[in-house]
Amino acid sequence: MTNLSHIRNFSIIAHIDHGKSTLADRLIQFCGGLEAREMKEQVLDSMDIERERGITIKAQTVRLNYTAKDGQKYVLNLMDTPGHVDFAYEVSRSLAACEGSLLVVDASQGVEAQTLANVYQAIDANHEIVPVLNKIDLPAAEPDRVKQQIEDVIGLDAADAVEISAKTGLNIEGVLEALVARLPAPVGDDEAPLKALLVDSWYDAYLGVVILVRVKDGVLKSGQKLRMMATGASHTVERVGVFTPKPITTGELRPGEIGFITAGIKAVADTKVGDTLTEERNPALEPLPGFKPVIPVVFCGLFPIDAADYEHLRESLGKLRLNDASFEAEAETSAALGFGFRVGCLGLLHLEIIQERLTREFNLDLITTAPSVVYDIYLNHDGGMLQLHNPADMPDPSKIERIEEPWIKATILVPDEYLGTILALCTERRGQQIDLTYAGNRAMLVYRLPLNEVVFDFYDRLKSVSRGYASFDYQMDGYEPGDLVVMNILVNHEPVDALSTIVHRSQADMRGRAMVGRLKDLIPQQLFQIPIQAAIGARVIARETIKALRKDVLAKCYGGDISRKRKLLDKQKEGKKRMRQFGKVDIPQTAFLAALRMGDD
Amino acid sequence: MTTPGFGIYVHWPFCRSKCPYCDFNSHVRAEIDEARWRRALLGDLTHAATLTPRRRVTSIFFGGGTPSLMDPRTTAAVIDKIAALWPVAEDVEISLEANPNSVEAQRFRGFRAAGVNRVSLGIQSLVPADLSFLGRTHDVDEAKAAIAIATATFERFSFDLIYARPGQTTASWAAELREALDRAVGHLSLYQLTIEPGTAFHNSYARGNFALPDDELAGALYEQTQAFLADVGMPAYEISNHALPGQESRHNLTYWRYDDYVGVGPGAHGRLSIAGEKIATTCHRSPEAWLSAVETVGHGLDSQIAVAPDERLIEVLMMGLRLAEGIEVDRFVNELGRQPAAALNPKGLALMIDLGFITLDSRHLKATVDGRQRLNSVLEQLLP
Repeated sequence: MTNLSHIRNFSIIAHIDHGKSTLADRLIQFCGGLEAREMKEQVLDSMDIERERGITIKAQTVRLNYTAKDGQKYVLNLMDTPGHVDFAYEVSRSLAACEGSLLVVDASQGVEAQTLANVYQAIDANHEIVPVLNKIDLPAAEPDRVKQQIEDVIGLDAADAVEISAKTGLNIEGVLEALVARLPAPVGDDEAPLKALLVDSWYDAYLGVVILVRVKDGVLKSGQKLRMMATGASHTVERVGVFTPKPITTGELRPGEIGFITAGIKAVADTKVGDTLTEERNPALEPLPGFKPVIPVVFCGLFPIDAADYEHLRESLGKLRLNDASFEAEAETSAALGFGFRVGCLGLLHLEIIQERLTREFNLDLITTAPSVVYDIYLNHDGGMLQLHNPADMPDPSKIERIEEPWIKATILVPDEYLGTILALCTERRGQQIDLTYAGNRAMLVYRLPLNEVVFDFYDRLKSVSRGYASFDYQMDGYEPGDLVVMNILVNHEPVDALSTIVHRSQADMRGRAMVGRLKDLIPQQLFQIPIQAAIGARVIARETIKALRKDVLAKCYGGDISRKRKLLDKQKEGKKRMRQFGKVDIPQTAFLAALRMGDD
Repeated sequence: MTTPGFGIYVHWPFCRSKCPYCDFNSHVRAEIDEARWRRALLGDLTHAATLTPRRRVTSIFFGGGTPSLMDPRTTAAVIDKIAALWPVAEDVEISLEANPNSVEAQRFRGFRAAGVNRVSLGIQSLVPADLSFLGRTHDVDEAKAAIAIATATFERFSFDLIYARPGQTTASWAAELREALDRAVGHLSLYQLTIEPGTAFHNSYARGNFALPDDELAGALYEQTQAFLADVGMPAYEISNHALPGQESRHNLTYWRYDDYVGVGPGAHGRLSIAGEKIATTCHRSPEAWLSAVETVGHGLDSQIAVAPDERLIEVLMMGLRLAEGIEVDRFVNELGRQPAAALNPKGLALMIDLGFITLDSRHLKATVDGRQRLNSVLEQLLP
């Protein structure tokens, strides 16, 4: 075994806003990784979206050079990981690249659901965990209560929690000392065949694909011919280096070290997170454990508001995939919305990020259909199973033996005054209670819920019924049969494909009434009355009627008015071009947009 | 085909005060040099006659503004000038818009002497509170007196009412209409109150100072009006205009039938058929700009533009379908060179016929009563 006693690899676990990025900034500053003039907030979050929303989407690393109080020099590798459940697999790979974690908790807010899910993952990865209480300088800070909570809820000894203020820089050295003293050094053998974990990868306009790696055994050098053990592809290493956070070429990475390589790879899709890199000439026999391909779980249709933007949307999705290979996109056609794409994502946040990047970075105006999950449809007479991504593709019900839907296990933390309403919400969404415990005045609920109920508008409802105090996280928890039906929306007896959804039979009436009620207000009155119906098969479950226009005429129109009023009519005609025709009925795109927007009821 | 009309519109842009609902080109001036204005109007007419030589004038219309503020000698000079510039039909209709204030009513004899044979009075309401809401300076008694003088002075007269006012109900409107009909002689213009951009009402309405009847009530008031006037033998010949047979405003029919008309005076528009084209003329809008244009270049025209074929179709339809008589197919073909069925959106036309909003036979393209009531939406369907 090689002596790695001066290396510590760690990640930071924190709820959004509890100060992870600020702490990372301070650690970098303390260790002199950047000059003062180079510092900006959230140094590690390079995307605009990351900075604005305070989230991390891509993993990043920083090598910190720290001289401890004992006079020894240490190399501390900070792995900044995405905190959100949508990226749970990336998180697990990032954690697998480290031996320990800092658990950062806001000393006034306490533990949140997202923290819990990540900390359990870290415990599963055998991490040594150092609790850190941040924002200790705030008047509302209650370190003792929060320490007790960490012990009660997570079961970690918090007696030696490091109390800091990342904002003011208070006790940053205490964090560094705790890392050195309490985290184990990595182990590895530089004589053994190369084994390096592919932690993450991204596309850089100048360098091509950059891969983040953690070397377990052997030495990774430039000029080496590498093999990816899962995909079998070979590449010659060009650059090898570390981030300080500036990229610095080192020429090699040794066991226990974290750094980056480039190898002339064109697309992120060619690099699978969790894969093992080895040397072609002297390959390892076994890959590192835990590789699995990521699979999208939430699907929705994306359509350009202006049909002429379809090509632009196609190219933009292609460019996004250069950097994020974890979403899928396939062409889709809708009678209501025209040409677009069905996009599959890792979760709702991921979906939102993709939409937002398309809007912001590529300047696209999009309509998004209601998100749906992946259903397993088992056909009669052993007709096999098909995975349904789009309600429009549902086979005839007579051919279906059963439909299975994905479930999740959700953890919800909430002040107990909101417990009642949250329990009611979970019940309404077909939830099954697994556990209900208290920590101080906060309740921790564990529920099994169908994912389909969560993608509908669960987050928004949860936030509104708890006035924003509930926190929520989940993991996938298998498939189960459900009494699921396709609910169609008919406008003037014509089905509108973009509004079809798959719902549980018990929810159909409620959803149907809500949708037709909403459409009644969104579709403008026309020259005839328009029935709006929600139907399951031939059975109408909800109905509203838009009354015919009673009067729509200019009171006055004389010789002097002609030009001006003609222009009004021209404008009206232009507006009509932006509508979609369903039989006789013109529906403005804005109506679809509003009908599909979730959570405004 | 009925004989095409040829009208002359003369705009007098001045008012004593600006009414809050009015978006016409009207201006309040402390004093004007009427002799100078008279000369300019005559000058602009002279120029217009060079564009339309030998056309036989079937109507003259003095609009505004408030043309009843004009000195009757100015009116006389304009009428005489027209007769000198163009041949004039024996039965020419000469209308003048008048306010029912007592001062102006005293001038009616002067207008009669000048040649005016029809007045249109801006009564607007017979309810005192509503008159002041509408910013009118006359009261109900003055209105009734003016009606009496007009009836005695002119062979034809009409008056306007504005309805669908804030707080109005079908019952209160029925009472007011009944009172109006007692005094009407052959013609009534009944307009629903519309909030136009650039008016005092526009701001005040946007701030929520008053509410208008909703579409349902406005529809009910409209239907009530149609039924009521049809009952007394004055059916709507146009969306907001009612007349005994033969008492229709010939000048306004010229607009709606898309026949030619000359427009002189600030902001006046014209439509002139010249060498197969339809020329849209517009005079300078500001009174001072128009006046100085006439004095320096000899006419007040700001622009003369040929109406594009697709715009011409819109104009023919949006005007002609306002009339109960509809559009004569012969005129349509004459104007646009195509049959209605070929010029209109076939799907929309079929749907409108199917829904009973439009009828089309070999002689007429018509909007039905229900179709006229929803003409904007109907037009949207008919246009290609």
